[in-house]
Amino acid sequence: MQALTNRAKTVDRKPMTLLERAYLPAIFKGMSITFGHMFKKAPTISYPEKTRPFSPVFRGLHILNRDEAGRENCTACGLCAVACPAEAITMEAAERKAGEENLYREEKYAARYEINMLRCIFCGLCEEACPKDAIYLSETFAPANFQRKGFIYGKEDLLIPNPVTEPEAYAKAKGGRVAVK
Amino acid sequence: MLLSIDLPLIIEKLVLIIVVVMSSLVIAMYATFAERKVAAVMQDRIGPNRAGPFGILQPLADGLKLFFKEEIIPNFSSKFLFILGPSLAMLTAMMTSAVIPWGDTVTLFGREIHLQIADINIGILYVFGVVSMGVYGIMIGSWASNNKFSLMGGLRAASQIISYELAMGIALIALLMITGTLSLRLMVVGQMDGVWNVIKQPLGFLIFLICVFAECNRTPFDLAEAENELIGGYHTEYSSMKLGFYLFAEYINMFVSSSVMVSLFFGGYDIPFLNDGHMVEKIGQNWMAVAHIFMFLFKAFFFVFLFMWVRWTIPRFRYDQLMNLGWKVLLPLALFNMLATGAVILYFTTK
Repeated sequence: MQALTNRAKTVDRKPMTLLERAYLPAIFKGMSITFGHMFKKAPTISYPEKTRPFSPVFRGLHILNRDEAGRENCTACGLCAVACPAEAITMEAAERKAGEENLYREEKYAARYEINMLRCIFCGLCEEACPKDAIYLSETFAPANFQRKGFIYGKEDLLIPNPVTEPEAYAKAKGGRVAVK
Repeated sequence: MLLSIDLPLIIEKLVLIIVVVMSSLVIAMYATFAERKVAAVMQDRIGPNRAGPFGILQPLADGLKLFFKEEIIPNFSSKFLFILGPSLAMLTAMMTSAVIPWGDTVTLFGREIHLQIADINIGILYVFGVVSMGVYGIMIGSWASNNKFSLMGGLRAASQIISYELAMGIALIALLMITGTLSLRLMVVGQMDGVWNVIKQPLGFLIFLICVFAECNRTPFDLAEAENELIGGYHTEYSSMKLGFYLFAEYINMFVSSSVMVSLFFGGYDIPFLNDGHMVEKIGQNWMAVAHIFMFLFKAFFFVFLFMWVRWTIPRFRYDQLMNLGWKVLLPLALFNMLATGAVILYFTTK
């Protein structure tokens, strides 16, 4: 039979030589290997203090975007919910009233916008479907929770900080992913 | 007048006992921490680093955890023996350190104090006696827990220690023929003037070292606990601080047996390539004793490290391999070593 790879080794069943039966040479060899490992750098990343750098195309938690004046981009068109293969997105639309022009960019907005992070598969199709640049996948991931309802993220969890009132938090949440117009 | 009480001597010895026992407890505590760190470093990990800076409070956290665990005594166990087991293991582990010379003499409050709890003339025999008692802790505990896995572990521990004590004793006889004394202090003093015994008895040392590994139930001879075959071996049924005692006794044994090896083969508290007489004149006797203690601890810690190094390198022996090694290899080698040593001594003394 032809071997699948050239790495196959035949098992050697010869009786052990005296040197092998003495165990000690093999033990010393092993000990030198473990001693060598003491001077190697551990690849550990001490998690809460340090985090692994994510690739720029990493798809993490969603954020709902605002424009530069701090108004919400989302118009509750529902295209993201339609695109979502896991059916994780729910929303309710509402009409903008007079005097709310500084809150919502267009006449319609999402009064309720929820993503179930247990259903979400982080495929990024919502991001692709959105015509208003309103939803983005950021470079963070969902933290653990004790209850299922803790994984249903509402608008208050998803909305990006206001760039006018909290520019630093906005820049941090924006990361390198959100398109700047 | 023979029975008159020498109060300062009693106080001196009491202080010495407390210091030695306390420090061997602390050292054993940190040996558990060192074990985890050494294991981590050898496996390219970081190891415990959350409790305190660099994790140095980890042993305290471990101890607290053991204290707060529920104490379970199995229904079918013999309660008295069940408690006696770990107590005996701990007791014998602590007792061994009594004859080890930690350093030379210091002069405090006008008294000459030997840094040794008891300088008895059969020191090494005492160590052997107490160490053999140690296995009773394991045997009684394993038998009393009324569990087949425990009993298996206890049986293994007993047969292993009996097998290896033989080779160990004979390796030691060769050494005793050279030193001509059983007192550990005199052995160390003898090595301070001449060369270390390991140079005179390399084969004897190797046999002794291997047997010490077996006596301490350390990998590659940890068949008595063998986690993956016997669940936990002799301490399967133990919980809380009684389990802690067993684990702790192992680390104390490790430190004490390292100390015994250092005293027997590596010159004890002797600082190599240093003329002690000159140094005593320069810095005084007391500071010299401090230097001696540090040297002794340095050597002992190296052997503790060796225990850990071996543990994280090689796998466990199979039971038949263990018995073959003990009876068919180490025992004949030790006998040969003894005969050869005797012949050499006879040749040089009769000439």
